[in-house]
Amino acid sequence: MVVAIDGLSLGAIYALIALGYTMVYGIAKMLNFAHGDVIMVGAYMIYTMCTLTWTTGGLPIWAGALIAFVVAVVVCTVLGMTIEKVAYKPLRGASPLAALITAIGVSYLLQGLAQLIWGADQKTLAILDKLGNLHAGSYTIKWSSIITLVVGAIIMVCLTLFVKKTRTGRAMLAVSEDKGAAQMMGINVNKIVSVTFAIGSGLATFAALLYLPTTAISPTLGSMPGIKAFAAAVIGGIGSIPGAMVGGVLLGVIEVVCNSIEGVASYTTAIEFAVLIIILLVRPIGLLGKKRRVKV
Amino acid sequence: MSEYILETKDLGISFGGLKAVQNANIKIKKGQIYGMVGPNGAGKTTVFNMLTGVYIPTTGTFYLDGEELKGKTQEQINHKGIARTFQNIRLFSNMSVIRNVMVGLHNQPQYKCNFLTSMFRLPKHFKTEKAMQEHAREILKVFGLDEERNNLACNLPYGKQRKLEIARALATNPKLLLLDEPAAGMNPQETADLVRIVKKIRDEFDLTVLLIEHDMKFVSGLCEELTVLNFGTVLAQGKTEDCLNDPEVIKAYIGG
Repeated sequence: MVVAIDGLSLGAIYALIALGYTMVYGIAKMLNFAHGDVIMVGAYMIYTMCTLTWTTGGLPIWAGALIAFVVAVVVCTVLGMTIEKVAYKPLRGASPLAALITAIGVSYLLQGLAQLIWGADQKTLAILDKLGNLHAGSYTIKWSSIITLVVGAIIMVCLTLFVKKTRTGRAMLAVSEDKGAAQMMGINVNKIVSVTFAIGSGLATFAALLYLPTTAISPTLGSMPGIKAFAAAVIGGIGSIPGAMVGGVLLGVIEVVCNSIEGVASYTTAIEFAVLIIILLVRPIGLLGKKRRVKV
Repeated sequence: MSEYILETKDLGISFGGLKAVQNANIKIKKGQIYGMVGPNGAGKTTVFNMLTGVYIPTTGTFYLDGEELKGKTQEQINHKGIARTFQNIRLFSNMSVIRNVMVGLHNQPQYKCNFLTSMFRLPKHFKTEKAMQEHAREILKVFGLDEERNNLACNLPYGKQRKLEIARALATNPKLLLLDEPAAGMNPQETADLVRIVKKIRDEFDLTVLLIEHDMKFVSGLCEELTVLNFGTVLAQGKTEDCLNDPEVIKAYIGG
């Protein structure tokens, strides 16, 4: 029971990150490897703003955390859109490899900058852990896990509704299906790509907030969840929004279950990626990926 | 306002040393159904691509309703009032029929809805969504596609996919509609139906239509005037009958 909730909540975090990967891939047809580092910047922003509001501002904990979170979302959203404008947009017509290398470059750039600004030593800040545990009968569940699960689920429902039911969401789907045709139907593709990066980075900040209880903050904080979420996006079928959710949850549950079994725990990461390989061997397009029919 | 809805002046484009289209002067009056014919590789689709901003002409320019549109981007040209269909169908195939049309309605000013209203799903959001759906259904009814509005576009039979492409283009509220081989792959019955529909939308939506087609029965049944292209240059221009009986045109098509 505890394992299940912890697994689902970690899965929700992976799913939120994976959504960023998969949406950007669907719309801009590129892998944004700097996505994990946006999470890192989000985590640092939350850390800085929290310490600032708590110590110097003397605000109560919840108010400080709220302000910190809002600031972090805004900073990350702007950061995501700026990265797209400066680094990726000029390469829109270039080979996918050029964009991929650039993304890796941006990733290292962000890590370097973070080290310059915040230093290389680890920092800890566990806002959600201050909430303590929920005792239900014989079970002890962390409040942070429950909150993560609920917040993750709400965001995913909202995102699905947004894509399915709004004008901008429809335009995003159209661009991901056929950029040229969408453009000729009067859709501003640049704007849609920009919105996509903004949403992806906003989700990354949510992930940062929810991920904080389980980790220390360092400039390379984003790489591991980044890579795992990318694997989750691929497992679910890259470009597919429900796929990213399923992949993320699957990976989170596997991780927590493996960690809870003695003797297996040290192989957790290996097992996760083995699952990725097996799924790709059996179903190369991912669990919910769309088949591309090749016409002869 | 000018007499001509579309006017091209010495329109031309070269790719490297290849002059794909040269000195094309085409004038289309408001409300006309105008045809562009010519053998394969004559440059017909290239003209369409220039008129919609996919290619930027290397020489000459073109005007829509007196306004120069050369150098504008594809979506700007669409906002100004030129919409098109494609030679090989390019629908959003994993979206439903009605959503394809709603994407076309995307930029209609009456459906602009600000971010906050959608975000918090205020009543206005539902009202605009509903109005858009009604509007899309009106358009689909013209094409006899209303019954299938919830099917995925890729599951429609070929002839209906072609019609849906026209419906989607029509949803962007164009002044000039470009149809690239609309009757390709249709059976005679479907072609006859298409003739009727094109005439109907011209009258109902206050449109001018420029179309590329190889089916001469279709062309002579619809178009009042023609431009015949061959090897990127204009071979003949004028009344449909005169063009099709021109010995030069017959030679270009049949050879000899």
